[in-house]
Amino acid sequence: MARVIGCVTTSHVPAIGRAIEKGLQQEPYWKPFFDGFKPVHRWLDQARPDVAVVFYNDHGLNFFLDKLPTFAIGAAPQYASADEGWNIPTVAPFTGDPDLSWHIINSVVAADFDITTCQEMVVDHAVCNPMALLWPGGKPWPVKIVPVEINTVQFPLPSAARCYQLGEAIGRAIARYPGDLRVLVMGTGGLSHQLDGERAGFINKEFDREFMASLTADPAWATKYSTVELVEKTGSQGVELILWLAARAALAGGAREVAASYHIPISNTAAGMMLLEPVV
Amino acid sequence: MTTTQQPIPGTTIFDGEQAIKGYALNKMCMSFNDAANRAEFLRDEDAYCARFGLNAEQRAAVSRRNVLDLIAAGGNIYYLAKFAGIFGLDVQDIGAQQTGVSKEEFKARLLAEADGE
Repeated sequence: MARVIGCVTTSHVPAIGRAIEKGLQQEPYWKPFFDGFKPVHRWLDQARPDVAVVFYNDHGLNFFLDKLPTFAIGAAPQYASADEGWNIPTVAPFTGDPDLSWHIINSVVAADFDITTCQEMVVDHAVCNPMALLWPGGKPWPVKIVPVEINTVQFPLPSAARCYQLGEAIGRAIARYPGDLRVLVMGTGGLSHQLDGERAGFINKEFDREFMASLTADPAWATKYSTVELVEKTGSQGVELILWLAARAALAGGAREVAASYHIPISNTAAGMMLLEPVV
Repeated sequence: MTTTQQPIPGTTIFDGEQAIKGYALNKMCMSFNDAANRAEFLRDEDAYCARFGLNAEQRAAVSRRNVLDLIAAGGNIYYLAKFAGIFGLDVQDIGAQQTGVSKEEFKARLLAEADGE
């Protein structure tokens, strides 16, 4: 049977893609951030996942306000990146796993999640940058992906509690998948940051630290907040931590921290990364 | 009822009310994912804005390249970022403009957040 072998959560700031393109990883500004991924690379060499289920939010590439799903799951054979309009380099397309996608779709709809399915889907920096951070060097992607997209663009957003439940349901679905797959779950975005309004530049280090600690000690901790409360505490875009929550919830049961980093600032963002393993 | 009531200072919750108000503006900004559309906007800004049916408030905010005005006119930052990208502006330029400081000051404020990290 398939099993979830780990969970990586990371910021997906667009500037990361530009830094990779320009080879700035060892520049003083970037070094603390990129060096945080070295233990993740060592872990991935050993763990050898086959598939990554990536919880992310679209920023106006695949979806617009004309039709904006709350939860969307990719079921495509391939996912390309594309021009996002602001000078972010594209990356090689990702191979999908439609069989696993449909297994997850069937399972979560049976569990009363009303999701949108996508047989065509382009993925933006929120998928591409985390993938490039985990597997640098421009070699062919060693994993297939199943993108799980959650709306953070237009309120009402799904609640943190609901995102957590979706993650749990996807974790259960993976555990019941008959294929012998090693699955990595990923959650991208965050941590605290705000791009818009007079409060642009808002960062909340204390909350970020507490949130990161909660993912091992008390993973549902942040689900007590409404999404508007999360905007207040973490910034308009810090609310992306709901993607971290969904990914963590897919890693059922207890978790052990293998690696973590937290660095201020990357662009306007408090950049966070965690690698968690299931406690068996 | 389209509004999510709970004011946060300096923050606009992009809810149904904003989504209705800003639809034309956001749709135009979404079109800037395509390089040909970015070029077309630069070639004839008036015609491009007219094609998307921007209202007077939106058209004026676009002319002024003013992000706070664009948000007030219903713009969503994810789409507005594509508009800003046409002029080579990144999120730190936008942050500086909205908070009324230079880009260097804005970056220094962010660095200051790292104290005691």
